[in-house]
Amino acid sequence: MIKNEAMKIVSQQEIAASIYELTLSGSLVSEMNQPGQFVHIKTGNGYEPLLRRPISISSIDKENNTFTMVYRAEGKGTSLLSQETNDTEIDVLGPLGNGFTPEAAISGGTTLLVGGGIGVPPLYELSKRLTKLGVNVIHVLGFQNAATVFYEEKFQALGETYITTVDGSHGTKGFVTDVIDKLSDSYTTIFACGPTPMLRALESAYKETKEVFLSLEERMGCGIGACFACVCHTAEDPTGFHYKKVCSDGPVFRAGEVVL
Amino acid sequence: MNMLNIKLPGLDLKNPIMPASGCFGFGKEFGNLYDLNILGAMMVKATTPEPRFGNPTPRVAETSSGMLNAIGLQNPGLKHVLKDELPWLNQFNVPIIANIAGSQVEDYVTVAGEISRASNVKALELNISCPNVKEGGITFGTDPDVARKVTEAVKAVSEVPVYVKLSPNVTNIVEMAQAVEAGGADGLTMINTLMGMRLDMKTGKPILANKTGGLSGPAIKPVAIRMIYEVSQAVTIPIIGMGGIMTAEDVIEFFYAGASAVAVGTANFTDPFVCPKIIEELPVLLKKLGYNHISECTGRSWNKHEQFANHRA
Ligand SMILES: Cc1cc2nc3c(=O)[nH]c(=O)nc-3n(C[C@H](O)[C@H](O)[C@H](O)COP(=O)(O)OP(=O)(O)OC[C@H]3O[C@@H](n4cnc5c(N)ncnc54)[C@H](O)[C@@H]3O)c2cc1C
Ligand SMILES: Cc1cc2nc3c(=O)[nH]c(=O)nc-3n(C[C@H](O)[C@H](O)[C@H](O)COP(=O)(O)O)c2cc1C
Ligand code: FES
Repeated sequence: MIKNEAMKIVSQQEIAASIYELTLSGSLVSEMNQPGQFVHIKTGNGYEPLLRRPISISSIDKENNTFTMVYRAEGKGTSLLSQETNDTEIDVLGPLGNGFTPEAAISGGTTLLVGGGIGVPPLYELSKRLTKLGVNVIHVLGFQNAATVFYEEKFQALGETYITTVDGSHGTKGFVTDVIDKLSDSYTTIFACGPTPMLRALESAYKETKEVFLSLEERMGCGIGACFACVCHTAEDPTGFHYKKVCSDGPVFRAGEVVL
Repeated sequence: MNMLNIKLPGLDLKNPIMPASGCFGFGKEFGNLYDLNILGAMMVKATTPEPRFGNPTPRVAETSSGMLNAIGLQNPGLKHVLKDELPWLNQFNVPIIANIAGSQVEDYVTVAGEISRASNVKALELNISCPNVKEGGITFGTDPDVARKVTEAVKAVSEVPVYVKLSPNVTNIVEMAQAVEAGGADGLTMINTLMGMRLDMKTGKPILANKTGGLSGPAIKPVAIRMIYEVSQAVTIPIIGMGGIMTAEDVIEFFYAGASAVAVGTANFTDPFVCPKIIEELPVLLKKLGYNHISECTGRSWNKHEQFANHRA
């Protein structure tokens, strides 16, 4: 169930250049069940910024009633959020949307997790779930440069991990697809989250041969399915009036379900 | 004692607070968050004769204390609204105000004729002021003669009272209000969004795919207050006010300006529980200000103290 709670900051730290890891505690955690879901966060006090910010759930710790997000402080809202300190309360609405279904991967088989930049965080909880289900995971994570790389060791602890940077300052130079093209074809399923061009490339290359699940990003108003800000066309009816809402039908869709 | 009940044409409201059209869908999503029965009424998403997909995304952009939207009247079309959305809303004891839109007079007439016969639709809200559709929409809302004609045409077929939603994108709002009053409107709702634009810092291009969008939120409240202040003194039909309401204090200000009820739009995105919160806070605030009933606030900005109690239940 979707809840609204003032959740307490347990910790917040900058883990890479302008990348913050924020852990919050509260009873809302008990509603979080699926990796890839997100929360809608009110940043700052008052009317500016007016809209909430959608941020993915990166890991869930039910025992301690906490969950963690990883976000890039860039614009007005996320910059304000990054200045909040321990014990401050943050207004959280969530969990929202339909996330990844780890059950779609085959136990004993191999699954590929592909993340780009701030699309990497939701893959962490997903990877934890997958490994628990006995699925082998391979991670291919793309970043701008060495300074913005995060969670490399954490992913390594769960499975094979490849890092790419656009400028080549860490890992392989180039995009995630440069690494994936060279991987052996052992995996059956792909879960991905990141910039739309990356998702498009994965969809067109692997839609026919693999089970592919993509997490989309879109600008949002309500975050709960009421305002029609975040719609996309369905693949079956690409110019008609059939639609899916990224916030409430997604953000995760099977490749080929919606028009990217 | 009920301090909040209000009677308006077609509408017997337990309180004067309702979500504004387009910010609440057809209620289902917010119905998962709280009991919709507490609402005074509900203004549902614009309905057109045929389904509409609307504009390409991005459809929203944040602004200083506000937002731009260019949804483009996306809706599932009249048939679906009659078959699915309105029957679902029947479980609530809340009058529905059906927002109707189109690109030609016949569209409004088609939707009005059918939707006004749904049992829970107690009033229509003619959206002649949407800035986000290429044809129709805004031209109906900026030309007094056209506005009067579409009002007359809808009045001729509607089973329920007709409220006309005014656009603030005009030089003379009073002239528009008087034109639709002359066309037979039973009430006014105002204001719709103000046409605006935002540019991206990096690309220099508009953020919205539609380029322009409608500005809403606290940023537009002073415009709404001024327009309601002017119009309420120039017409005899009641006004449902909207535009930037975030708090119970804002509601009182709209009543002072001349509104008899209010709608809350964008605030539902900032705080999805804003409507129940305002409904709870209003009686406390009214008492603090020394009123026995919210209707005592209507038109206080221009009315002589003794003259009101209009529209009181
Ligand atoms: C489902 C979902 C999950 C996300 N998960 C994460 C995450 O885990 N970590 C992370 O760093 N970022 C994530 N994002 C992106 C994040 O929402 C934006 O970076 C953030 O909203 C930008 O806010 P700002 O205050 O920095 O920017 P501003 O420029 O102040 O934002 C202005 C407006 O534009 C919107 N906006 C700007 N960029 C984006 C964007 N890329 N996507 C959606 N809305 C945007 C803002 O929400 C706000 O309404 C996610 C987005 C979505 C849709
Ligand atoms: C996302 C969004 C969608 C809207 N859709 C409609 C609509 O379908 N019909 C309509 O008459 N007004 C629509 N409006 C306008 C609102 O009903 C309201 O008049 C306006 O936003 C001002 O109120 P606010 O500042 O409280 O949001 C929409 C506004 C927003 C923000
Ligand atoms: S953000 Fe409002 S419908 Fe998705």
